Amino acid sequence: MFPSVLAAAATATENPLFPSLPDLIWSAVIFVVLFIFFWKKILPTVQKNLDARSEAIEGGIKKAENAQAEAAAALEKYNEQLAEARTEAANIRDQARQDGTKILNELKEHASVEAARITASAQATIEAERQAAIVSLRAEVGSLAIDLASGVIGQSLADDKKAANLVDQFLADLEASEASEKKTSK
Amino acid sequence: MLFAGTPFELNRIMLIRILVAAVIMVVFWLGTRNMKIVPGRGQSLIEMGLDFVRVGIAEDLLGKKDGRRFLPILTTFFFMIVAMNLTGSVPLLNVAGTSVIGMPLLLAAIAYVTWIYAGLRKHPGAFLRNALVPRGVPWPLYIIVTPIEILSTFIVRPVTHTLRLLMNMIVGHLLLVLFFLATSFFFFEAPGLFKFFGIGTLAFGFVFTLFELLVAVLQAYVFTILTAVYLQLALADEH
Repeated sequence: MFPSVLAAAATATENPLFPSLPDLIWSAVIFVVLFIFFWKKILPTVQKNLDARSEAIEGGIKKAENAQAEAAAALEKYNEQLAEARTEAANIRDQARQDGTKILNELKEHASVEAARITASAQATIEAERQAAIVSLRAEVGSLAIDLASGVIGQSLADDKKAANLVDQFLADLEASEASEKKTSK
Repeated sequence: MLFAGTPFELNRIMLIRILVAAVIMVVFWLGTRNMKIVPGRGQSLIEMGLDFVRVGIAEDLLGKKDGRRFLPILTTFFFMIVAMNLTGSVPLLNVAGTSVIGMPLLLAAIAYVTWIYAGLRKHPGAFLRNALVPRGVPWPLYIIVTPIEILSTFIVRPVTHTLRLLMNMIVGHLLLVLFFLATSFFFFEAPGLFKFFGIGTLAFGFVFTLFELLVAVLQAYVFTILTAVYLQLALADEH
């Protein structure tokens, strides 16, 4: 009546728990083939690739670490150089200040020496002019005084030698009295 | 049937298995042929799949060192089972490669041998004693505990490991067969208004096909993670 159902039922006559020999043999063949395939071919390939990958990742990390270390070293070096440069600049500044002070002192010294020299030479000039004035005055006053005296006493003192002696005598007395006056006034 | 009567007899399911194996190899070969450090879209997908087993199962349960040791077998288990399971929902193939007992049995047997070997190798003297005569139990209880441990560890484990996968696939297949044959029956052979039942059975067939996709992936995951758990228990320092 239901041929397809009956046909299906008719095939299920063997005990499904009892393996047939071809079943076991083909299972074994397939297992061995696949086992060797995975064991010798696929898994080593995959493992190699995994190792390569982890190596690449580790290599990348290491490279990054190296780069960082290098950067840190460069920064340190740069900072060191900067500090060095600063120290040097400070040194140069100090040196310049010292030099400046020294030059200034030298100039001051020089100027004061010059000033002293100028003062000294001016005094010497004044002294010389004063001496010259005294000498010329002495001659002038002498002749004037003699003229006057000769006029007063009527005696010619034309003899120069006598006159000069007289004037000198007079002036020496005058100077002496002046000096004694100075001494007493002091 | 090819090679009929010999131990290499090929029926439909065997052909499906060979096809699946070929597809797996082509996909993974293409996917890992030209691997780059920065993966493209296809490579990311393949790597995601392989990482699911490598990180999610192997390294998570067994740790880095042992996880790597047993990775080939776990990877093979997962992708083989998931692909074999999925053929149950692929049109024209319509039956899972794992829905006859040979393959689940073989894989469970391989898992069984592997974890016992791993345990014996790691703890040559203590493995069986730890498994069968657990410490901290008063000695009269060993009369009960030891047979239970023998049964649960060395007999029930491989049996359930096999049958869980097998039965899921057989039942899924039977459900789909049932729904689609019923649909066919209602549409073409049932009289009158019974034809409308066909719509319901077709809808259920569609829903269960989607469900089968989930079951296919889930059972592959369960099988693989159980293998990893058995290995972990065998390798653990303290029981």
